[in-house]
Amino acid sequence: MHLHKYEKIWLIFGISSLVVFLCVLGYGAFWKGTHPQSHGVTIDPNNVEAYEAFKPENLGLTKVDDNRYIVNIVASAFNYDLGKDENGTAVRTIRIPKGSTVLFQLTTKDVVHGFNVAGTNVNMMVEPGYISSYEAVMNKPGEYTVVCNEYCGVGHHMMYATVEVYE
Amino acid sequence: MALEKIVPVHEPERLPITKAESRLYMSFIYVAFIALFVGGLMGLLQTLVRSGSFTLPWGIGYYQILTVHGVILGLVLTTYFIIGFQFSLMGKTVGISFKQRKAAWISLWVMVIGTIMTAITILLGKASVLYTFYAPLKAHPAFYIGLALVIVGSWIAGFVNWRQLYVWKKQHPGEKSPLLAFMVVINMVMWFIASLGVATAVLVQFIPWSLGYAETINVLVSRTLFWYFGHPLVYFWLLPAYMAWYAIIPKIIGGKIFSDSLARMSFVLFLFFSIPVGFHHQLTEPGIDPTWKFIQVVLTFMVIVPSLMTAFSLFATFEITGRKKGHKGLFGWFRHLPWKDVRFFAPFVGMLAFIPGGAGGIINASHQVNGVVHNTIWVTGHFHLTVATTVVLTFFGVTYWLIPHLTGRKLTAKINKLGMIQTIIWAVGMTIMSVAMHIQGLLGGPRRSAFSEYGGTAQAQEWIGYQLAQAIGGSILFIGIILMMYIFIHLTFFAPKGIEEFPVAEEEADAEPTPMWFDNWKLWIGITIALILFAYSIPFVDIIQNSPPGSPPFAWPIGNN
Repeated sequence: MHLHKYEKIWLIFGISSLVVFLCVLGYGAFWKGTHPQSHGVTIDPNNVEAYEAFKPENLGLTKVDDNRYIVNIVASAFNYDLGKDENGTAVRTIRIPKGSTVLFQLTTKDVVHGFNVAGTNVNMMVEPGYISSYEAVMNKPGEYTVVCNEYCGVGHHMMYATVEVYE
Repeated sequence: MALEKIVPVHEPERLPITKAESRLYMSFIYVAFIALFVGGLMGLLQTLVRSGSFTLPWGIGYYQILTVHGVILGLVLTTYFIIGFQFSLMGKTVGISFKQRKAAWISLWVMVIGTIMTAITILLGKASVLYTFYAPLKAHPAFYIGLALVIVGSWIAGFVNWRQLYVWKKQHPGEKSPLLAFMVVINMVMWFIASLGVATAVLVQFIPWSLGYAETINVLVSRTLFWYFGHPLVYFWLLPAYMAWYAIIPKIIGGKIFSDSLARMSFVLFLFFSIPVGFHHQLTEPGIDPTWKFIQVVLTFMVIVPSLMTAFSLFATFEITGRKKGHKGLFGWFRHLPWKDVRFFAPFVGMLAFIPGGAGGIINASHQVNGVVHNTIWVTGHFHLTVATTVVLTFFGVTYWLIPHLTGRKLTAKINKLGMIQTIIWAVGMTIMSVAMHIQGLLGGPRRSAFSEYGGTAQAQEWIGYQLAQAIGGSILFIGIILMMYIFIHLTFFAPKGIEEFPVAEEEADAEPTPMWFDNWKLWIGITIALILFAYSIPFVDIIQNSPPGSPPFAWPIGNN
């Protein structure tokens, strides 16, 4: 098959850029550990409370160390269960000091949901039978809207929470 | 002993399209344009609802019209137009026999019955599951059965296309298959191999489960089978546009095909690298090994190679044609392209949209970068550039000559001018809507969501501003749809009688001969299957072996009992 000289130059340039680009992605993923969320732990979706992290008393924010937090959430249509506060009312906002490392762990009791702390890289699918998990450093203070970004039914757009990162 | 055959060097014959054939091809296109109007109206309503200043009447749900929009534009408009267009290309280049035509009618009717079944379930509110119908949301069984029929009908069309080329090859031993017929067969091979995935999910998983014969469904397996199909689906939309770009546009601008073998090579590469790549739609999902996600990301990016080849040959054709006509200077050839011919102008605007569209696609598929945009409305903005601008404007560009050719009418100067206006309206509306979607997505705004203030956060307030812009873009686009419906009806029933050309470009007289190995279908299909087995075997077995307990059906979240 004959290729025009200019086309050869064009393709060599294009394919070389592609190779460089893929090397950058691969370096980030395999050496810097920036793989997208791919947690492999399974769970019985009909009995998520059997799993330690998703027992009602363990939901919401837990401090594990200086500057280290875990947030456990059970998603269901159309709500993120972040546990209850001292007064017994459902928690809607999670407050985290700036610069903390936060591990978000989620599962769902029913259909597929999304979990995105809007404006950050914390963005994952939440599927029945699996635990989704993503660790992030919350460096920028502000109020972040947590949205379900995978369609889960008629109340999908009413499924949200808030994360507040304070100084 | 075989007689020595003289391979003809003259231009290949082009076959006339009979009245009976025209009726067949037009029937597919009628359905496509009805779908355009209904689906476009839904799109308008969605942008209005999301602006926050409009509520749907009569208890119609937002997600119900979103399901209609996705199914009717993503599956009905595209598939019917593509199959009708491809049948016309086959009829023109290799011909269609009486029996083949009968089989083609069967394919149409199977698809129509399936479409009606699916449409009824959606309109009754029994299937507000969106066009991706992710388990364990459960629609009415008739929704899945209808979808299965649409796929089976499209397979029949594919089988007829393969038979058409096979018969032609028998009658023309030693000749290479006509370029357009080659391209149609590649597209239907890809479509068949890809839709086996979604057909398996629908027949083996969804139908028994929705009917109650199976108690649970394996969610991740169903999603993996869907996206095994879902990505080649977008190339199934795109390749017919490429057929027009490679083999029809050169004729319209008065030029020749840049390189017959290059065009074939790019189609073969699309066949290879469209299917073993579905994980790039599942990048943020649990339960899939990230190494295999990365491998499929690399395979995804291989389609950049044929895309670069296509971009080069299109502009090479434009320049060579212009210079042959004697246009001087560095860009004289560009200035003198037939800008006032809508058959060229509409697809050209589509090509331009593919530059940002393709770049956005690279971002989406970039493994960890996907986390920035996954399921945000950025993605919606992306595919409104690729499918709803590039593909759709090219299909409109085809409509301007194909319909009058089939109905025995002429594209008048007046309709040509209306078409130019339509293209500009489309480009303006889509620019406003798509740019607003891209920005809102980068700010974290979710896709597939009705109007919501998310508890009144500042972020959500900012998103609503962009949703207003989308409503403006959407309204402009709907004006474009009304205009296009007028053009379609005019060309079909009212344009003056006459003969409109079916433009099929030829090779240069001194073009290098195309190697005969391009017609080695066993080789292409073999490599395609090998790549699929490589990309999917290990992770798919892994998914099945490490499956959690299955999910029962959930009908109440979509408003059913």
